Amino acid sequence: MNSDFALGFDTIEKNLKAMAFKRLLYSLISILAVIFLLSSGLTIAENNNAGSFERGISKFFDYPVDLFKEAFESGWRWYAYVFKYLPDLISTINMAFFSTLFGAIFALLLSLFASKNLIKNPYIVTFARRTMDILRSFPELVIAMIFLYLMGKSELPAVIAIVIHTAGALGKLFSEAIENADSKPIEGLQSCGARWWARIRFAVIPQVVPLFISYTLLRLEINVRASTILGFVGAGGIGEALSAVIQFRYGDEIIAIMFLLVVTIISLDYFSRFLRGRLIGDNK
Amino acid sequence: MNYAITHDISNEVEIKHKKHIRILIISACVFLIYLIGSIIHFNLPGLAKKWNNDRASMFMLDIYAHKDHIKMNWKEPEKIDVRFEGGYREVYKQDPSWLIRDNQKKSTTVNFENGGKFVFFPNRVEMRNFPKTKETFVFKLNQEGKPYVENYVGKEELLPSWMRATENKVEVRPSLYERLQVYGSKVEVHRYELGWKYFWFDFNSPLEGKGFFEGIALMFDKNRVDPEISNFNLVIKEFWGNEIWHHDTVLFAMVETLLMAILGTLIASIVGLPLAFLAAYNVTPLSSIRFFLRRLFDMLRGIDMLIWSLIFLRAFGPGLFTGIFAIAFTDTGTLGKLMSEAIENTDKKDKEGIQSTGANKVLQHRFGIIPQIMPIFISQSLYYLESNTRAAVIIGAMGAGGIGLHFLGALMTGNDFENVAYMAILVLIAVMCIDTMSAKLRRLLIGIEDKNN
Repeated sequence: MNSDFALGFDTIEKNLKAMAFKRLLYSLISILAVIFLLSSGLTIAENNNAGSFERGISKFFDYPVDLFKEAFESGWRWYAYVFKYLPDLISTINMAFFSTLFGAIFALLLSLFASKNLIKNPYIVTFARRTMDILRSFPELVIAMIFLYLMGKSELPAVIAIVIHTAGALGKLFSEAIENADSKPIEGLQSCGARWWARIRFAVIPQVVPLFISYTLLRLEINVRASTILGFVGAGGIGEALSAVIQFRYGDEIIAIMFLLVVTIISLDYFSRFLRGRLIGDNK
Repeated sequence: MNYAITHDISNEVEIKHKKHIRILIISACVFLIYLIGSIIHFNLPGLAKKWNNDRASMFMLDIYAHKDHIKMNWKEPEKIDVRFEGGYREVYKQDPSWLIRDNQKKSTTVNFENGGKFVFFPNRVEMRNFPKTKETFVFKLNQEGKPYVENYVGKEELLPSWMRATENKVEVRPSLYERLQVYGSKVEVHRYELGWKYFWFDFNSPLEGKGFFEGIALMFDKNRVDPEISNFNLVIKEFWGNEIWHHDTVLFAMVETLLMAILGTLIASIVGLPLAFLAAYNVTPLSSIRFFLRRLFDMLRGIDMLIWSLIFLRAFGPGLFTGIFAIAFTDTGTLGKLMSEAIENTDKKDKEGIQSTGANKVLQHRFGIIPQIMPIFISQSLYYLESNTRAAVIIGAMGAGGIGLHFLGALMTGNDFENVAYMAILVLIAVMCIDTMSAKLRRLLIGIEDKNN
């Protein structure tokens, strides 16, 4: 009896040691992989970069310092430029807002077809999901560039590109939210004879709408950044203004636009965090 | 009594319900007005007008088809050459089977799949047999050296809609696949065919015209095509050095872009995690450090990737470092903030349990906190890897290099749309691969079943 116990402990200890060893091995392998990836990647980068890393790192502060110097030399007039570029900023934000809204509508339609608990036909679900995968796989810029080429410079290509990407990205999140919705309220309504629409209206929508709005707000934040970048390649708004002043190197105006952008992004971040916190109920 | 209470309650409910409905209607109205206003502002109805149909159809056509140019100079009508995509170096040494030269009649005939023909004569070009029309059109030059359509001088409006005659140019486009342009100096016919020709081996390669499987088969064939070099190496060399599709530069650019995304995310997560520990109140007692780190995260995150990439572009020049650091800086901020919040939300009991065994601070964090945050850390890092793959393409296009820049370049040339499509498909494949891989890794490392796949 006693020896059996000893044997048992021995086995346990052996197993434990084997597991610990395996864990250690895995950790070592992953650490080695990370180190290898970092070193080889940075070597490739060093070899193919226009300038070397050391030269670059020493020049890191040159550009910002130059900009600030220029801004300072022009007598800190840049706050006037802040107002000058405010309309551009608003146009960029509006672009993002509109395309988020439009994209969310498409995403909603797509997500209804991509949710297993709403659509029973698995082929439709798979098709809708793959469609969303493809929609969100293209970077906005790729779509925007093609449409810019086909339609000339305007805000429309950027809007289309963001709508396409947003429809794919939000659609996935929406359909996940719908699928994760608790089925008990639906069953409850069904048990008292509610129709399909009533079940959706009183059991599904109250569960998913806060999540939908919160995801859409998060997307809005991402899309403001995206529409700035798309402006940079010719879709108007503050991005285009930035690319213009960078080409002509007006330090004060560059600083003013960057200031506007940073303030916008940070305040949007806080605003959407606040709203989302109120919607979902945990303030984070 | 009882009735009064119920009555009050039902009244209250009704009032609230009405208020609710009113708010709903008002917000729906605002929403609708905004939507209509924006549709007008962004000129969505004008989409059709702005849409450059010629460009779009050329673009689409070029994506799935290739063309051969047949050119004749009026001054040297005996010299008619056929070039692939009109390239300088891509002149066919042997006439393709659809081109027939008749030395007696001094004519050269270009045959199309639909039975149509363009026939070149020293002094005129004839268009025959096209399914769209029974008529034979003759294109000539007048005394002043300007092109015209015989029998239609002064009656240009009677020409079919797919034919356009202006003073210096006559353009004929019976369908998407045939095109004739007559200028004062030359005549050019474009003949389209389906497919990506020379995708595997280019025009001037000794392996020209061979397909993928033929190439693979040739790799293991003992009879050398080129006595100097083994078939295996030849196939690889020729594929890699394809001058039309530029596989070497494009694929390397794709690798560069992936490297940017992977290294940027890796650096961000390696730097972000320790910083997140320092920024969490249950790890770092010093509030000044926490405050400083929080603001640092806000700054890194708030200065957009666009601005970071501009700053790094000045420092490092175009190349991988710009992309890597722009991604790393932005995501250090995001990951740092996320992880510090995750650390603050960890269950205290785990740490207290470790503490009760007498472990020191480092061990408490190692065994009390890290196991709790590891799943969040891994899944967030992988999510950022996914989105950074797309971001790396974008940063690349803004000057950091990689596939984004090549994509932009190919698009700007205005006629290499097959290359544009090639790169777009590559990006799509790469992004999808990274997405699938990260989903797999997430499942493997965290063990949570992904419901959707």
